[in-house]
Amino acid sequence: MSTVAYCSFIWGSGYITARARTRTHRSLQKTEEQKRRIMSVLRKINPTLQRICICEQENLGRRAMQITRELKQGVKKPYKELVDVSIGDAHRGGMKPITFVRQVIAACIYPELLHDSALPADVKERAWRLMRECDGGSVGSYTEACGIPYVKSSVSDFITRRDGGVPASPENILISSGSQTALMFVLSLLVHGEGSAQTGVAFPVPTYSSFAMALDELGAEMVPYYLCEEEGWALRVEELRRAVRASGLHCTPRVLYVINPSNPTGNVQSRKIIEEVIRFAAEEKLVIMADEVYQDTVHEEGIDFVSYKRVLFELGPPYSESVQLASFHSVSKGFMGECGLRSGYVELVNLDPAVMEQACKWLSAGSCSAVTGQIALNIMVDPPRPGDPSYTMYSQEVKFKKDTLTCNVRRVQEVLEDIPGFTCQAVGGGFYAFPRLHLPQRAVQRAKELGLEADLLYCTRLLEEEGVCLEAGSSLGQKEGTHHIRLCLMTSTKTLEMVLKRLKRFHLRFLKEFA
Amino acid sequence: MHRFQRLSTSFLLSGRFGRQRDPMEGAALEPRRGGQTVRFKAQGPARQCGGSKRYSTAEATVESRGNGEVRERTLTMETLNPNVKAVEYAVRGPIVIKAVELERGLQDGMKQPFAEVIKANIGDAHAMGQQPITFLRQVVALCTCPELLDSPSFPEDAKQRARRILQACGGKSLGSYSASQGVDCIRKDIATYVEQRDQGVSCNWDNVYLTTGASDGIMSILKLLVSGQGPSRTGVMIPIPQYPLYSAAISELEAVQVNYYLDEDHCWALDVNELHRAFHEAKHYCNPKVLCIINPGNPTGQVQSRKCIEDVLHFAFEEKLFVMADEVYQDNIYSSDCQFHSFKKVLYEMGPEYFKNVELASFHSTSKGYTGECGFRGGYMEVINMDPEVKAQLIKLLSVRLCPPVSGQAAMDIIVNPPQPGEPSFLQFHKEKTSVLSTLAEKAKLTESILNTIPGIKCNPVQGAMYAFPRIFIPPQAVGEAKMLGMPPDMMYCLRLLEDTGICIVPGSGFGQREGTFHFRMTILPTTEKLKLLLEKLAAFHIKFLQKYTALGEPSDKSPSGQAKAHHP
Repeated sequence: MSTVAYCSFIWGSGYITARARTRTHRSLQKTEEQKRRIMSVLRKINPTLQRICICEQENLGRRAMQITRELKQGVKKPYKELVDVSIGDAHRGGMKPITFVRQVIAACIYPELLHDSALPADVKERAWRLMRECDGGSVGSYTEACGIPYVKSSVSDFITRRDGGVPASPENILISSGSQTALMFVLSLLVHGEGSAQTGVAFPVPTYSSFAMALDELGAEMVPYYLCEEEGWALRVEELRRAVRASGLHCTPRVLYVINPSNPTGNVQSRKIIEEVIRFAAEEKLVIMADEVYQDTVHEEGIDFVSYKRVLFELGPPYSESVQLASFHSVSKGFMGECGLRSGYVELVNLDPAVMEQACKWLSAGSCSAVTGQIALNIMVDPPRPGDPSYTMYSQEVKFKKDTLTCNVRRVQEVLEDIPGFTCQAVGGGFYAFPRLHLPQRAVQRAKELGLEADLLYCTRLLEEEGVCLEAGSSLGQKEGTHHIRLCLMTSTKTLEMVLKRLKRFHLRFLKEFA
Repeated sequence: MHRFQRLSTSFLLSGRFGRQRDPMEGAALEPRRGGQTVRFKAQGPARQCGGSKRYSTAEATVESRGNGEVRERTLTMETLNPNVKAVEYAVRGPIVIKAVELERGLQDGMKQPFAEVIKANIGDAHAMGQQPITFLRQVVALCTCPELLDSPSFPEDAKQRARRILQACGGKSLGSYSASQGVDCIRKDIATYVEQRDQGVSCNWDNVYLTTGASDGIMSILKLLVSGQGPSRTGVMIPIPQYPLYSAAISELEAVQVNYYLDEDHCWALDVNELHRAFHEAKHYCNPKVLCIINPGNPTGQVQSRKCIEDVLHFAFEEKLFVMADEVYQDNIYSSDCQFHSFKKVLYEMGPEYFKNVELASFHSTSKGYTGECGFRGGYMEVINMDPEVKAQLIKLLSVRLCPPVSGQAAMDIIVNPPQPGEPSFLQFHKEKTSVLSTLAEKAKLTESILNTIPGIKCNPVQGAMYAFPRIFIPPQAVGEAKMLGMPPDMMYCLRLLEDTGICIVPGSGFGQREGTFHFRMTILPTTEKLKLLLEKLAAFHIKFLQKYTALGEPSDKSPSGQAKAHHP
């Protein structure tokens, strides 16, 4: 394993070593002549892309895939099966898809099934309804670039219901190939300029790694603000102010990114915090990008998810008329867990109509998002209702997932509390636990010698020795000198128990080794 | 018409200055409009002038303002990314917006001189009634809903493929993220398919990447290639006429568009001398390092000869160009005297010096061919001779978007791994495939021959792909009128056609054409019956259009240079 090369700007540099490594690798493969030729065109690739820092977690992921292959080929390991809980992928973690979703999609793909007596009537009805919305009655046609109008209005109805009647409009909703694509889209409307005019994007630390990669790709200036671990990873507006003000010296902060419920920390924002954040954004004239993809998973009793949109409207004018907000949701998270279908949406609030027109024009230069995903999205926002033939099964499946997740959250906190060297803040919502690792000085020293962050060394060893793949805190960002791991809890109980058992075994061994 | 005018103006307007933070700005209540100037697309994207006024301290900008004021918004036309404003995309441009409006109007009972809007603007086969390939749909449905694997109504070979795909997915579900490059076993199937297609030329599955439709792959590769400033800025050579995805991507990435013209007089052939000309002229102002080829051609429908491909590759080798071969229409070949040759195979046959050196990316998709599955967003690219270090960057770039839709990947797998002779589904699959392709071939012929009977229209043979791109004669009086309206003459033509007949096609100006010539692109996808009707209506409209404008002007047989002389009425 090599070195940590996450964003050198924030978390210290290891980038050069990573480049040196690949360079050696290359020269082994190509003769001088070939090199001359090949390097000719691509010697200078887009410098913006070079800035996307290679996240060493990627290497961990690649190693995990390699181990899976080796296991298949019968290579002997101390374990029979690799468990990957490094990403929020419910199905990979052993969760089952929602039957109604899959039945409707299958019927749309293969309409012969509409004659199948085994399918419930509401499945067929929904499939009919959706196919009627497709050109030529086929899910194989392009849809409008920002999504099927019918699905957009079902999303808009859902938002209105969720927000206690705050109006939403289908025109402000864009359906995309997953929330990440929607994030990139909104960011690229805003990111431009050079030098001190360059757009700065304020984002929380820790944040999942592909967001920082997206900022790199677009060439935005990073404006990190730190969440407060001691206060259960709360967002503190003073810290936000500090970060944004400091960044004003070298860029123009235009965007404030928040994740609620948080990935990876599990913090759920209270209405009061959200109000403060909105006021702050109004003061600083920042566009709020509210990543709310975990809105369905709040486990802490007595806490409810409140959307930024709702709070914004309940604050009233001038905020409700001026603060620009983009709110994101996705079929990948929540109880659907349909990551592979790639669908999500963004609702844009208070955008100039002229800007909206430009945005739509630009969006249409790409193609629509996959229709199967749009169908899943429609079901997510408009599930079977009481009385429908599929209702009982649907609500049982959702309840089962919810219970499993809540149970997993409790379980992980219980187990980690008992192991020395772990502290874990309360997980109020979302898919993940993000416990802090208190590693022995010798382990940190050893990692330094290897050119690794200590938590990455930990994760690498855990993967090799116990076949468990986690994400290291250093890939997500953390305060200097602290170490964390992230594990996905949206898994079957069996998977989680396996992870905890192996993690505990490894952890104690690791502590002993470096004691 | 009003709608159009508004749109066309807003396409050309773009704010000159990015928002500058001004300590005094807190006092300004009116939205800023001052910095706006008119720019034309040809001038390139607006750039930040930057730095004329800087705010001294951050503190100065964070003063809270009193309540009740109308606050200035952050994202306005002035602060919008200028590249967004520069992008234009004709296939879904103002004409299409108008068509959708008319269609909705008809549904609401508005009176029009036509009963329906016929959309021949976009290569969307299923929308025009083409039936899906049963086997493909069966496999993807089985993958989606694995309970169906027990159902007796699905053939065994479909089940076997579905099981194999699911086995390769995390948690055996299409709902898991795949690797950013795609599902391993599908990448391997693609490699096998490419080897067979290219008669044994080896294909390493590690060079194969699944994409969200071909356009996503094209965008990723272009993104990788764009760098430099001023005269060292990357130039991207594209054919004219081109598919506007390329010009849109180039303008979004602020690369330099380098046009090479296809030869209309020779069936839209690619002439290497023209490549030389374009390349050497471009060298004065940019660094041309990418050559895009669309074969079979979109919108032009030509199929490149083997000799021509060889010449192009030789040129790319000499000038060290990265070749992007858009081969999404590789299965859509209609003329019996044409054959599809992949760039990769020809490169191999030119010898190891070429095959080991020329960097080549080839794109394919589920949306075209005989499947026409646009909605699944499946596609792949094969990239050869890419520097390993750059390849790592490519993978990184792909991973930002996590992965392509897995159901689209499954659909792609069926295209590269269809039923084989002896398998239960083979006969039906073969029948469906042949039927789709032969119908398309008939329609290609039909379109070309009817268009050529209309005076003032001249159409090259539609050898492949899904489009006809005929040249149209537009009388000088009509050209004059269009100029007054501030729109390209063929745009006015298509707009009138739409308003009179409900036919939606795309003007040649959206694809690029030689100065003074006019064209339109229509798909050959409507059902034969509808296609005949469309062509009939088009003919009537065209004649009426000519009559109207020649009657307006002085009766004359002078035809302006560059017009379709042979058919001047």
